[in-house]
Amino acid sequence: MRYTVQAVADHLGDSGSFEDLAMPHFARLYNLACWLTHDTVVAEDLVQETYMKALRGFSSFQQGTNFRAWIYRILRNTFLTSKTGLKVVATIDLDDETAAEPAYQVTPESLLLARVATETLQRALESLPMHFREIILLCDLEEMSYQEISQALGIPIGTVMSRLSRARKAMRTLLAAGKEALRP
Amino acid sequence: MICDGWQEQFDSYVDDASTGRGPDEFAALEEHLRSCPSCAAEIFTRMQLKRATRAAAARYIPSSDFRRRVEKSIHAESKPTWGWTWIPNLAGAVALILLVAVSTLLWTRHARHQEAIAQLLDMHVATLASSNPVDVVSTDRHTVKPWFQGKLPFTFNLPELQGSPYKLLGGKLVYFDRNPTAQLVFELRKHELSVFIAQENQQSAFSRTGESDARENGFTVESWNQNGLRYVIVSDAGPTDVRALGDLLKSAARQ
Repeated sequence: MRYTVQAVADHLGDSGSFEDLAMPHFARLYNLACWLTHDTVVAEDLVQETYMKALRGFSSFQQGTNFRAWIYRILRNTFLTSKTGLKVVATIDLDDETAAEPAYQVTPESLLLARVATETLQRALESLPMHFREIILLCDLEEMSYQEISQALGIPIGTVMSRLSRARKAMRTLLAAGKEALRP
Repeated sequence: MICDGWQEQFDSYVDDASTGRGPDEFAALEEHLRSCPSCAAEIFTRMQLKRATRAAAARYIPSSDFRRRVEKSIHAESKPTWGWTWIPNLAGAVALILLVAVSTLLWTRHARHQEAIAQLLDMHVATLASSNPVDVVSTDRHTVKPWFQGKLPFTFNLPELQGSPYKLLGGKLVYFDRNPTAQLVFELRKHELSVFIAQENQQSAFSRTGESDARENGFTVESWNQNGLRYVIVSDAGPTDVRALGDLLKSAARQ
Protein backbone atom coordinates (compact mmCIF):
# COMPACT_ATOMS: atom_id res chain seq x y z
CA MET A 1 0.00 0.00 0.00
CA ARG A 2 1.33 3.43 -0.91
CA TYR A 3 1.31 6.13 1.78
CA THR A 4 2.01 9.38 -0.01
CA VAL A 5 1.39 12.82 1.48
CA GLN A 6 -1.33 13.28 -1.11
CA ALA A 7 -3.08 10.05 -0.17
CA VAL A 8 -3.09 10.98 3.52
CA ALA A 9 -4.37 14.47 2.70
CA ASP A 10 -7.14 12.91 0.63
CA HIS A 11 -8.11 10.60 3.40
CA LEU A 12 -8.18 13.30 6.05
CA GLY A 13 -9.62 16.01 3.92
CA ASP A 14 -12.55 14.32 2.25
CA SER A 15 -15.04 15.60 4.78
CA GLY A 16 -14.31 19.33 4.34
CA SER A 17 -15.86 22.15 2.31
CA PHE A 18 -15.65 22.18 -1.45
CA GLU A 19 -12.87 24.75 -1.56
CA ASP A 20 -10.86 22.96 1.12
CA LEU A 21 -11.11 19.73 -0.82
CA ALA A 22 -10.76 21.04 -4.34
CA MET A 23 -8.08 23.75 -4.30
CA PRO A 24 -5.19 21.50 -3.17
CA HIS A 25 -5.67 19.61 -6.46
CA PHE A 26 -5.63 22.79 -8.55
CA ALA A 27 -2.05 22.68 -9.82
CA ARG A 28 -2.19 18.95 -10.53
CA LEU A 29 -5.49 19.21 -12.39
CA TYR A 30 -4.12 22.05 -14.46
CA ASN A 31 -1.03 19.98 -15.33
CA LEU A 32 -3.23 17.04 -16.35
CA ALA A 33 -5.50 19.36 -18.34
CA CYS A 34 -2.49 20.67 -20.26
CA TRP A 35 -1.40 17.13 -21.05
CA LEU A 36 -4.89 16.28 -22.26
CA THR A 37 -5.46 19.37 -24.36
CA HIS A 38 -1.91 20.29 -25.49
CA ASP A 39 -2.98 23.91 -25.11
CA THR A 40 -2.60 26.01 -21.95
CA VAL A 41 -5.47 28.36 -22.83
CA VAL A 42 -7.85 25.47 -23.51
CA ALA A 43 -6.56 23.80 -20.34
CA GLU A 44 -7.45 26.88 -18.27
CA ASP A 45 -10.99 26.83 -19.66
CA LEU A 46 -11.20 23.11 -18.95
CA VAL A 47 -10.04 23.49 -15.34
CA GLN A 48 -12.35 26.45 -14.76
CA GLU A 49 -15.32 24.51 -16.12
CA THR A 50 -14.35 21.44 -14.11
CA TYR A 51 -14.34 23.43 -10.87
CA MET A 52 -17.70 25.00 -11.60
CA LYS A 53 -19.25 21.64 -12.48
CA ALA A 54 -17.73 20.02 -9.41
CA LEU A 55 -19.05 22.82 -7.19
CA ARG A 56 -22.57 22.55 -8.60
CA GLY A 57 -22.50 18.78 -8.31
CA PHE A 58 -20.76 18.70 -4.94
CA SER A 59 -23.91 17.45 -3.25
CA SER A 60 -23.62 14.26 -5.31
CA PHE A 61 -20.09 13.65 -4.00
CA GLN A 62 -20.20 11.01 -1.27
CA GLN A 63 -18.22 12.29 1.70
CA GLY A 64 -15.49 9.88 2.67
CA THR A 65 -14.95 8.62 -0.87
CA ASN A 66 -12.02 9.64 -3.04
CA PHE A 67 -12.33 13.29 -3.99
CA ARG A 68 -9.30 13.31 -6.28
CA ALA A 69 -10.69 10.48 -8.40
CA TRP A 70 -14.11 12.19 -8.42
CA ILE A 71 -12.88 15.58 -9.61
CA TYR A 72 -10.49 14.04 -12.13
CA ARG A 73 -13.41 12.13 -13.59
CA ILE A 74 -15.31 15.41 -13.99
CA LEU A 75 -12.30 16.98 -15.70
CA ARG A 76 -11.96 14.00 -18.00
CA ASN A 77 -15.66 13.87 -18.91
CA THR A 78 -15.68 17.61 -19.50
CA PHE A 79 -12.71 17.25 -21.80
CA LEU A 80 -14.11 14.26 -23.68
CA THR A 81 -17.37 16.10 -24.36
CA SER A 82 -15.55 19.23 -25.56
CA LYS A 83 -14.77 19.89 -29.20
CA THR A 84 -11.12 18.89 -28.74
CA GLY A 85 -12.06 15.85 -26.70
CA LEU A 86 -14.57 14.55 -29.21
CA LYS A 87 -11.83 14.43 -31.84
CA VAL A 88 -9.67 12.43 -29.43
CA VAL A 89 -12.49 10.00 -28.66
CA ALA A 90 -12.88 9.33 -32.37
CA THR A 91 -9.27 8.10 -32.54
CA ILE A 92 -9.37 5.75 -29.52
CA ASP A 93 -9.04 2.14 -30.56
CA LEU A 94 -11.11 0.13 -28.10
CA ASP A 95 -9.68 -3.12 -29.47
CA ASP A 96 -6.59 -2.29 -27.47
CA GLU A 97 -8.41 -3.29 -24.30
CA THR A 98 -8.97 -6.86 -25.39
CA ALA A 99 -5.72 -7.47 -27.19
CA ALA A 100 -3.10 -9.80 -25.74
CA GLU A 101 -0.55 -8.45 -23.29
CA PRO A 102 2.60 -7.20 -24.99
CA ALA A 103 5.82 -9.08 -24.40
CA TYR A 104 8.75 -6.95 -23.29
CA GLN A 105 12.16 -7.56 -24.69
CA VAL A 106 15.19 -6.55 -22.70
CA THR A 107 17.39 -4.79 -25.15
CA PRO A 108 20.37 -2.50 -24.70
CA GLU A 109 17.98 0.37 -25.56
CA SER A 110 15.65 -0.50 -22.70
CA LEU A 111 18.46 -0.08 -20.22
CA LEU A 112 19.07 3.38 -21.57
CA LEU A 113 15.44 4.44 -21.35
CA ALA A 114 15.78 5.59 -17.76
CA ARG A 115 18.42 8.06 -18.79
CA VAL A 116 16.60 9.66 -21.71
CA ALA A 117 16.26 13.40 -21.65
CA THR A 118 13.21 14.94 -20.06
CA GLU A 119 12.35 16.59 -23.34
CA THR A 120 12.33 13.22 -25.12
CA LEU A 121 10.06 11.77 -22.47
CA GLN A 122 7.69 14.72 -22.81
CA ARG A 123 7.63 14.31 -26.59
CA ALA A 124 6.88 10.62 -26.19
CA LEU A 125 4.06 11.38 -23.73
CA GLU A 126 2.59 13.95 -26.10
CA SER A 127 2.70 11.40 -28.92
CA LEU A 128 0.82 8.75 -26.98
CA PRO A 129 -2.90 8.29 -27.62
CA MET A 130 -4.95 10.13 -25.02
CA HIS A 131 -6.13 7.04 -23.12
CA PHE A 132 -2.54 5.77 -22.82
CA ARG A 133 -1.18 9.18 -21.85
CA GLU A 134 -3.73 9.77 -19.12
CA ILE A 135 -3.30 6.36 -17.48
CA ILE A 136 0.47 6.83 -17.31
CA LEU A 137 -0.01 10.30 -15.84
CA LEU A 138 -2.50 9.08 -13.25
CA CYS A 139 -0.28 6.19 -12.23
CA ASP A 140 3.23 7.58 -12.50
CA LEU A 141 2.69 11.29 -11.90
CA GLU A 142 -0.38 11.33 -9.66
CA GLU A 143 0.60 8.07 -7.99
CA MET A 144 -3.01 6.95 -7.97
CA SER A 145 -3.66 3.37 -6.95
CA TYR A 146 -5.23 1.05 -9.49
CA GLN A 147 -8.46 1.36 -7.50
CA GLU A 148 -8.38 5.17 -7.78
CA ILE A 149 -7.61 5.02 -11.48
CA SER A 150 -10.49 2.61 -11.89
CA GLN A 151 -12.83 5.14 -10.23
CA ALA A 152 -11.41 8.12 -12.12
CA LEU A 153 -11.68 6.48 -15.53
CA GLY A 154 -14.78 4.42 -14.81
CA ILE A 155 -13.20 1.15 -15.93
CA PRO A 156 -12.56 -2.18 -14.16
CA ILE A 157 -9.22 -2.72 -12.39
CA GLY A 158 -8.35 -5.49 -14.84
CA THR A 159 -8.71 -2.99 -17.69
CA VAL A 160 -6.58 -0.50 -15.75
CA MET A 161 -3.76 -3.06 -15.53
CA SER A 162 -3.92 -4.15 -19.14
CA ARG A 163 -4.21 -0.60 -20.45
CA LEU A 164 -1.32 0.53 -18.29
CA SER A 165 0.81 -2.32 -19.56
CA ARG A 166 0.05 -1.44 -23.16
CA ALA A 167 0.58 2.26 -22.54
CA ARG A 168 4.04 1.61 -21.13
CA LYS A 169 4.90 -0.63 -24.00
CA ALA A 170 3.84 2.09 -26.44
CA MET A 171 5.85 4.64 -24.46
CA ARG A 172 8.97 2.52 -24.60
CA THR A 173 8.53 1.93 -28.29
CA LEU A 174 8.30 5.69 -28.86
CA LEU A 175 11.33 6.32 -26.66
CA ALA A 176 13.37 3.69 -28.47
CA ALA A 177 12.37 5.21 -31.79
CA GLY A 178 13.22 8.66 -30.46
CA LYS A 179 16.68 7.59 -29.41
CA GLU A 180 17.29 6.08 -32.82
CA ALA A 181 16.32 9.37 -34.37
CA LEU A 182 18.61 11.30 -32.04
CA ARG A 183 21.52 8.98 -32.63
CA PRO A 184 24.12 10.64 -34.95
CA MET B 1 15.44 -12.46 -21.73
CA ILE B 2 12.56 -12.13 -19.33
CA CYS B 3 11.54 -15.37 -17.71
CA ASP B 4 8.07 -16.68 -18.48
CA GLY B 5 5.43 -16.36 -15.79
CA TRP B 6 6.86 -13.32 -13.99
CA GLN B 7 6.21 -10.52 -16.40
CA GLU B 8 2.55 -10.04 -15.49
CA GLN B 9 3.58 -9.02 -11.98
CA PHE B 10 6.12 -6.44 -13.07
CA ASP B 11 3.77 -3.46 -13.37
CA SER B 12 2.04 -4.17 -10.06
CA TYR B 13 5.42 -4.54 -8.37
CA VAL B 14 6.79 -1.32 -9.84
CA ASP B 15 3.59 0.54 -8.96
CA ASP B 16 3.58 -1.00 -5.49
CA ALA B 17 0.01 -1.95 -6.22
CA SER B 18 -1.81 -4.68 -4.38
CA THR B 19 -3.54 -7.14 -6.65
CA GLY B 20 -5.27 -8.98 -3.86
CA ARG B 21 -2.83 -11.87 -3.59
CA GLY B 22 -2.15 -11.26 0.10
CA PRO B 23 0.61 -9.53 2.11
CA ASP B 24 3.37 -11.68 0.62
CA GLU B 25 2.18 -11.47 -2.93
CA PHE B 26 5.54 -10.19 -4.22
CA ALA B 27 7.71 -12.46 -2.03
CA ALA B 28 8.15 -15.08 -4.74
CA LEU B 29 8.92 -12.45 -7.36
CA GLU B 30 11.56 -10.85 -5.14
CA GLU B 31 13.11 -14.28 -4.57
CA HIS B 32 13.22 -14.75 -8.34
CA LEU B 33 14.77 -11.31 -8.92
CA ARG B 34 17.65 -12.21 -6.60
CA SER B 35 18.61 -15.04 -8.91
CA CYS B 36 17.69 -13.57 -12.33
CA PRO B 37 19.75 -10.63 -13.60
CA SER B 38 17.56 -10.19 -16.71
CA CYS B 39 14.30 -9.76 -14.81
CA ALA B 40 16.04 -7.61 -12.18
CA ALA B 41 17.37 -5.36 -14.94
CA GLU B 42 13.90 -5.09 -16.46
CA ILE B 43 12.37 -4.13 -13.09
CA PHE B 44 15.15 -1.59 -12.57
CA THR B 45 14.51 -0.08 -16.01
CA ARG B 46 10.81 0.18 -15.35
CA MET B 47 11.37 1.87 -11.99
CA GLN B 48 13.80 4.31 -13.54
CA LEU B 49 11.39 5.06 -16.34
CA LYS B 50 8.52 5.58 -13.92
CA ARG B 51 10.63 8.01 -11.90
CA ALA B 52 11.77 9.83 -15.03
CA THR B 53 8.21 10.02 -16.36
CA ARG B 54 7.01 11.56 -13.06
CA ALA B 55 9.68 14.24 -13.29
CA ALA B 56 9.04 14.93 -16.98
CA ALA B 57 5.25 14.99 -16.64
CA ALA B 58 5.22 17.65 -13.91
CA ARG B 59 5.55 20.20 -16.63
CA TYR B 60 2.77 22.77 -16.46
CA ILE B 61 2.27 25.18 -13.58
CA PRO B 62 -0.84 27.37 -13.40
CA SER B 63 -0.33 31.09 -13.00
CA SER B 64 -1.30 32.70 -9.71
CA ASP B 65 -3.63 34.95 -11.69
CA PHE B 66 -5.51 31.91 -13.02
CA ARG B 67 -5.75 30.39 -9.55
CA ARG B 68 -7.23 33.64 -8.23
CA ARG B 69 -9.76 33.68 -11.05
CA VAL B 70 -10.95 30.17 -10.23
CA GLU B 71 -11.09 30.93 -6.50
CA LYS B 72 -13.09 34.05 -7.24
CA SER B 73 -15.51 32.04 -9.38
CA ILE B 74 -15.95 29.49 -6.59
CA HIS B 75 -16.66 32.25 -4.07
CA ALA B 76 -19.12 33.92 -6.41
CA GLU B 77 -20.91 30.62 -7.01
CA SER B 78 -20.88 29.19 -3.50
CA LYS B 79 -21.55 32.36 -1.50
CA PRO B 80 -24.71 34.06 -2.78
CA THR B 81 -24.63 37.83 -2.72
CA TRP B 82 -26.59 39.85 -0.17
CA GLY B 83 -29.03 40.67 -2.92
CA TRP B 84 -29.99 37.01 -3.13
CA THR B 85 -29.79 35.99 0.52
CA TRP B 86 -32.41 38.38 1.83
CA ILE B 87 -34.97 37.58 -0.85
CA PRO B 88 -35.99 34.17 0.56
CA ASN B 89 -36.18 35.68 4.06
CA LEU B 90 -38.29 38.59 2.83
CA ALA B 91 -40.50 36.25 0.82
CA GLY B 92 -40.99 34.13 3.93
CA ALA B 93 -41.86 37.16 6.04
CA VAL B 94 -44.31 38.47 3.44
CA ALA B 95 -45.92 35.04 3.13
CA LEU B 96 -46.28 34.86 6.92
CA ILE B 97 -47.80 38.35 7.12
CA LEU B 98 -50.21 37.51 4.31
CA LEU B 99 -51.16 34.25 5.99
CA VAL B 100 -51.86 36.01 9.29
CA ALA B 101 -53.76 38.82 7.56
CA VAL B 102 -55.90 36.46 5.49
CA SER B 103 -56.55 34.21 8.48
CA THR B 104 -57.57 37.21 10.60
CA LEU B 105 -59.81 38.52 7.84
CA LEU B 106 -61.49 35.15 7.34
CA TRP B 107 -61.91 34.64 11.07
CA THR B 108 -63.38 38.15 11.49
CA ARG B 109 -65.74 37.59 8.57
CA HIS B 110 -66.81 34.27 9.97
CA ALA B 111 -67.37 35.79 13.41
CA ARG B 112 -69.45 38.63 11.97
CA HIS B 113 -71.40 36.21 9.81
CA GLN B 114 -72.18 34.06 12.83
CA GLU B 115 -73.18 37.13 14.82
CA ALA B 116 -75.58 38.33 12.11
CA ILE B 117 -77.15 34.89 11.76
CA ALA B 118 -77.55 34.64 15.53
CA GLN B 119 -79.36 38.00 15.64
CA LEU B 120 -81.75 36.96 12.85
CA LEU B 121 -82.46 33.69 14.63
CA ASP B 122 -83.25 35.64 17.76
CA MET B 123 -85.62 37.90 15.82
CA HIS B 124 -87.32 34.91 14.19
CA VAL B 125 -87.80 33.13 17.53
CA ALA B 126 -88.98 36.33 19.21
CA THR B 127 -91.52 36.88 16.43
CA LEU B 128 -92.95 33.38 16.80
CA ALA B 129 -93.10 33.76 20.57
CA SER B 130 -94.97 37.06 20.31
CA SER B 131 -98.73 37.22 20.71
CA ASN B 132 -98.71 39.63 17.72
CA PRO B 133 -96.09 38.10 15.47
CA VAL B 134 -96.87 40.37 12.48
CA ASP B 135 -98.16 43.93 12.08
CA VAL B 136 -100.03 43.28 8.86
CA VAL B 137 -102.00 40.07 9.05
CA SER B 138 -102.96 38.82 5.62
CA THR B 139 -102.50 35.91 3.34
CA ASP B 140 -102.87 38.17 0.34
CA ARG B 141 -99.59 39.38 -1.12
CA HIS B 142 -101.43 42.40 -2.61
CA THR B 143 -102.25 43.46 0.92
CA VAL B 144 -98.94 42.74 2.57
CA LYS B 145 -96.69 44.35 -0.02
CA PRO B 146 -98.48 47.72 -0.12
CA TRP B 147 -98.39 47.83 3.66
CA PHE B 148 -94.67 48.44 3.48
CA GLN B 149 -95.05 51.46 1.22
CA GLY B 150 -93.63 54.53 2.91
CA LYS B 151 -92.04 52.41 5.58
CA LEU B 152 -89.15 51.05 3.53
CA PRO B 153 -86.78 52.84 1.12
CA PHE B 154 -87.20 49.92 -1.32
CA THR B 155 -89.89 47.58 -2.61
CA PHE B 156 -90.04 43.90 -3.42
CA ASN B 157 -92.28 41.35 -5.10
CA LEU B 158 -94.02 38.52 -3.35
CA PRO B 159 -94.71 35.22 -5.09
CA GLU B 160 -98.11 33.81 -5.98
CA LEU B 161 -98.50 31.03 -3.46
CA GLN B 162 -101.70 29.52 -4.76
CA GLY B 163 -101.10 25.87 -5.51
CA SER B 164 -97.97 25.80 -3.32
CA PRO B 165 -97.72 24.37 0.21
CA TYR B 166 -96.68 27.78 1.53
CA LYS B 167 -99.01 30.27 3.10
CA LEU B 168 -98.30 33.94 3.74
CA LEU B 169 -99.19 34.93 7.31
CA GLY B 170 -98.25 38.60 7.15
CA GLY B 171 -95.35 40.92 7.76
CA LYS B 172 -93.87 43.61 9.91
CA LEU B 173 -91.22 46.29 9.89
CA VAL B 174 -88.09 45.56 11.92
CA TYR B 175 -84.75 47.25 12.25
CA PHE B 176 -81.64 45.25 11.85
CA ASP B 177 -78.36 46.98 12.55
CA ARG B 178 -80.26 50.31 12.32
CA ASN B 179 -81.54 49.52 8.82
CA PRO B 180 -85.27 49.19 8.05
CA THR B 181 -85.99 45.57 7.18
CA ALA B 182 -89.12 43.76 6.03
CA GLN B 183 -89.90 40.59 7.93
CA LEU B 184 -92.41 38.34 6.21
CA VAL B 185 -93.79 35.27 7.91
CA PHE B 186 -94.83 32.22 5.92
CA GLU B 187 -96.26 28.93 7.03
CA LEU B 188 -95.49 25.47 5.70
CA ARG B 189 -97.49 22.77 7.34
CA LYS B 190 -96.87 23.58 11.05
CA HIS B 191 -93.56 25.33 10.41
CA GLU B 192 -93.09 29.07 10.31
CA LEU B 193 -90.57 30.70 8.04
CA SER B 194 -89.28 34.25 8.45
CA VAL B 195 -88.07 36.06 5.36
CA PHE B 196 -85.99 39.16 6.07
CA ILE B 197 -85.49 41.62 3.22
CA ALA B 198 -83.23 44.70 3.43
CA GLN B 199 -81.08 46.81 1.16
CA GLU B 200 -77.72 45.25 0.37
CA ASN B 201 -75.04 47.20 2.15
CA GLN B 202 -71.56 45.85 2.64
CA GLN B 203 -71.23 47.83 5.85
CA SER B 204 -74.34 46.40 7.44
CA ALA B 205 -74.39 43.29 9.56
CA PHE B 206 -77.35 42.02 7.53
CA SER B 207 -75.20 41.69 4.41
CA ARG B 208 -72.67 39.69 6.40
CA THR B 209 -74.98 36.71 6.33
CA GLY B 210 -73.30 36.02 2.99
CA GLU B 211 -74.40 33.70 0.19
CA SER B 212 -75.12 30.54 2.05
CA ASP B 213 -77.41 27.93 3.37
CA ALA B 214 -76.56 26.51 6.72
CA ARG B 215 -77.86 24.94 9.87
CA GLU B 216 -77.70 26.97 13.05
CA ASN B 217 -78.97 25.43 16.30
CA GLY B 218 -81.34 23.21 14.32
CA PHE B 219 -82.64 26.14 12.22
CA THR B 220 -82.12 26.36 8.51
CA VAL B 221 -80.76 29.65 7.22
CA GLU B 222 -80.63 30.57 3.54
CA SER B 223 -79.35 33.89 2.28
CA TRP B 224 -78.87 35.48 -1.12
CA ASN B 225 -78.57 38.79 -2.90
CA GLN B 226 -80.92 39.81 -5.71
CA ASN B 227 -81.64 43.19 -7.33
CA GLY B 228 -79.65 45.02 -4.67
CA LEU B 229 -81.64 43.43 -1.88
CA ARG B 230 -80.48 40.90 0.66
CA TYR B 231 -82.89 38.06 1.43
CA VAL B 232 -82.49 35.80 4.45
CA ILE B 233 -84.86 32.94 5.29
CA VAL B 234 -84.81 31.51 8.80
CA SER B 235 -86.90 28.50 9.76
CA ASP B 236 -87.04 25.28 11.64
CA ALA B 237 -88.26 23.65 8.39
CA GLY B 238 -85.86 21.47 6.47
CA PRO B 239 -83.34 22.81 3.95
CA THR B 240 -85.35 21.53 0.98
CA ASP B 241 -88.48 23.37 2.06
CA VAL B 242 -86.55 26.54 2.81
CA ARG B 243 -84.83 26.37 -0.57
CA ALA B 244 -88.17 25.87 -2.33
CA LEU B 245 -89.54 29.05 -0.74
CA GLY B 246 -86.36 30.82 -1.72
CA ASP B 247 -86.88 29.75 -5.33
CA LEU B 248 -90.42 31.15 -5.28
CA LEU B 249 -89.14 34.48 -3.94
CA LYS B 250 -86.35 34.57 -6.52
CA SER B 251 -88.82 33.94 -9.32
CA ALA B 252 -91.07 36.74 -8.04
CA ALA B 253 -88.13 39.13 -7.82
CA ARG B 254 -87.31 38.52 -11.48
CA GLN B 255 -90.79 39.59 -12.61
